[in-house]
Amino acid sequence: MEYVSPEGLRLDGRRPMEMRQIRAEIGTVARADGSAVFEMGNTKVIAAVYGPREVQNRSQQISDQALVRCEYSMANFSTGDRRRKPKGDRRSTEISLVIRQTMEACILTHLMPRSQIDIFVQVLQADGGTRSACINAATLALADAGIPMRDIVTSCSAGYLNSTPLLDLNYIEDSAGGPDVTVGILPKLDKVTLLQMDAKLPLDIFENVMGLATEGCKAVANYIREVLLENTKQLEYRRGL
Amino acid sequence: MDSKLANTWRLTVNEKNFIKTALLSEIRIDGRKPFEFRNIIINFGSEDGLAEVQLGQTRVMGIVTAKLVQPYQDRPNEGILTIYTEFSPMADLSFETGRPGESAVELGRIVDRGLRESRAVDTESLCIVSGKLVWGIRIDLHILDNGGNLVDAANIAALAALMTFRRPECSLGGEDGQEVIIHPPEMMEPLPLIVHHLPIAITFGFFIDESIVVIDPTHNEEAVMAGRMIAIVNANGDICAIQKAGGEGVSQSVIIQCLQLAITMAAGITKQIKEAVEAYNSERALQKIKREPSCGGNNIKESQNQSIDNKGIEVAGQYMERLKLVSRESCISQSNDDEVDSKLSALRRGTDGNGINFTRGPLSWDPYSKGVDPEFLKASLASQGLSTRNKKQGSSGEEKPGEAEGEEPYRDANPKSSAVDASETEMQTKGQKTLKDAVKPKNKRKKKGSSMI
Repeated sequence: MEYVSPEGLRLDGRRPMEMRQIRAEIGTVARADGSAVFEMGNTKVIAAVYGPREVQNRSQQISDQALVRCEYSMANFSTGDRRRKPKGDRRSTEISLVIRQTMEACILTHLMPRSQIDIFVQVLQADGGTRSACINAATLALADAGIPMRDIVTSCSAGYLNSTPLLDLNYIEDSAGGPDVTVGILPKLDKVTLLQMDAKLPLDIFENVMGLATEGCKAVANYIREVLLENTKQLEYRRGL
Repeated sequence: MDSKLANTWRLTVNEKNFIKTALLSEIRIDGRKPFEFRNIIINFGSEDGLAEVQLGQTRVMGIVTAKLVQPYQDRPNEGILTIYTEFSPMADLSFETGRPGESAVELGRIVDRGLRESRAVDTESLCIVSGKLVWGIRIDLHILDNGGNLVDAANIAALAALMTFRRPECSLGGEDGQEVIIHPPEMMEPLPLIVHHLPIAITFGFFIDESIVVIDPTHNEEAVMAGRMIAIVNANGDICAIQKAGGEGVSQSVIIQCLQLAITMAAGITKQIKEAVEAYNSERALQKIKREPSCGGNNIKESQNQSIDNKGIEVAGQYMERLKLVSRESCISQSNDDEVDSKLSALRRGTDGNGINFTRGPLSWDPYSKGVDPEFLKASLASQGLSTRNKKQGSSGEEKPGEAEGEEPYRDANPKSSAVDASETEMQTKGQKTLKDAVKPKNKRKKKGSSMI
């Protein structure tokens, strides 16, 4: 199948190095300490953060740092075929683990010993790149909850189809079976914290694709900062400062 | 989560600090250099598709099995490869029985991604009937001892098991050509899987910050390290999968350096696995040669048992000649009717089950015997006897006297065999109608004998 037309356009009309439109909204779950909705094209994810709060299960308490928990789930209506997915299947368990470890790396857990932070992310609409969208949403929600962080984490994916590196794959491109590189970076420190990759790719091409994904992450980071700044301004305004 | 907590509890602060400070001066607690792999020992089991890998103190067993399953709808002509992990509580106190924990799921997913997404195993060759039947290859990974770096050990175990695994040969047959016949290993040499390349997992541990990188971390080092990255690469220099799930941030240049290192390491490990597999294969071939001359006697016994047990099971093709001789001898000696009967029926079953073109037509069906239905005999003669009889007799003149004598006991034996063997009677009665019907039972028996799906 042709994923990049001779004119250099992708199936959804984007250029190879073009991202989908991103949109973020903060404070979407009233009861949560922090929450956000993050959209990347047709992919839509909602995240809610509770905490830091007392550890529910005392046996899990850690004496010198906060306990971070994460639960990833996909809504039944998120994909084309509506079907009840068993909770805790292998894929979502793995993504939960990945998101938890990524967030744990950026939260200053040592500042909140004997407490617990819960992150819940749910995919409302799935169109490729749910992993990245979840991480971006979780970052926003954590920031909204006012949890001390080293840096924000942003994530973006990139692929390699028709011998062209493509940024931010959608579902059709994702399921084409080509390589799929998901990168999560700490933009200020310029360090890669999350890196997942499938399929076969020579090292030099991989380097290119990873570089492209990192650029995407930086673009996301800029947008997230803007959103956060806007949100803070709004809060200031409401307080009448 | 659980395993991580258990680790933090087990290691004291002093121990952790010791490991860290030692690493600052590039010394590891087990005396290795930072980029040194532990010794890999690969052992194979008595049967194909079983491998046990020891990586230092880590021990992982990989078992590969296959069965026929329906393919996924979106991939109708690809076999299915699934990986199951079993974290036994025996291996580590943090492993719990019951549902696989997060680390077990992650391990399974990483190995799975390395093997499947990079198309290391040729799944299309596992297809039998498109959209209906494919081979489902299942890899079970059992962690026997957790000495750290389970992923690498499990990956090597999975590869070694896959490379030694052989699936039974199968073909299509039956009335409509859609019947799947699985040939037992004695009859047709089982086929090895087609493995295009070996994706080798190599784990990097990052300590304190990215400046201290270690390969193949042990259990204690895993408790201290701030982040890890698993690179799955093959010896051709391709990257098959990477997993770095959070943890300490690392700059891109370090990642690329790690990958380059991984590729050079992978070549050595690939060689090691290939050598081990080759050694196993040659030993296997040797055993086969040794076994061959001494098995005639045993085999007959086996076939006797089978016939008595009424389990129509095949006899190895290469032993057929031998069996024929023995049975003829017993015919000549006019031994106990029952014995002859059982042997003959065993032979007949053997031939039918095998589907090999070796017919006992002239021996088993005597047109002039009284106890048999003449209609059926006509049919059976027409179907199997005539065609092969000529050939047989033409080729070996010796057989004639044996045959002639063999007819004698068989006259009495035949009705008896039908009495003993219920399934056989059924076929005889069925075979009364037409020529075609007489052929059918043979196919049916063929199916019965070999469709142990």
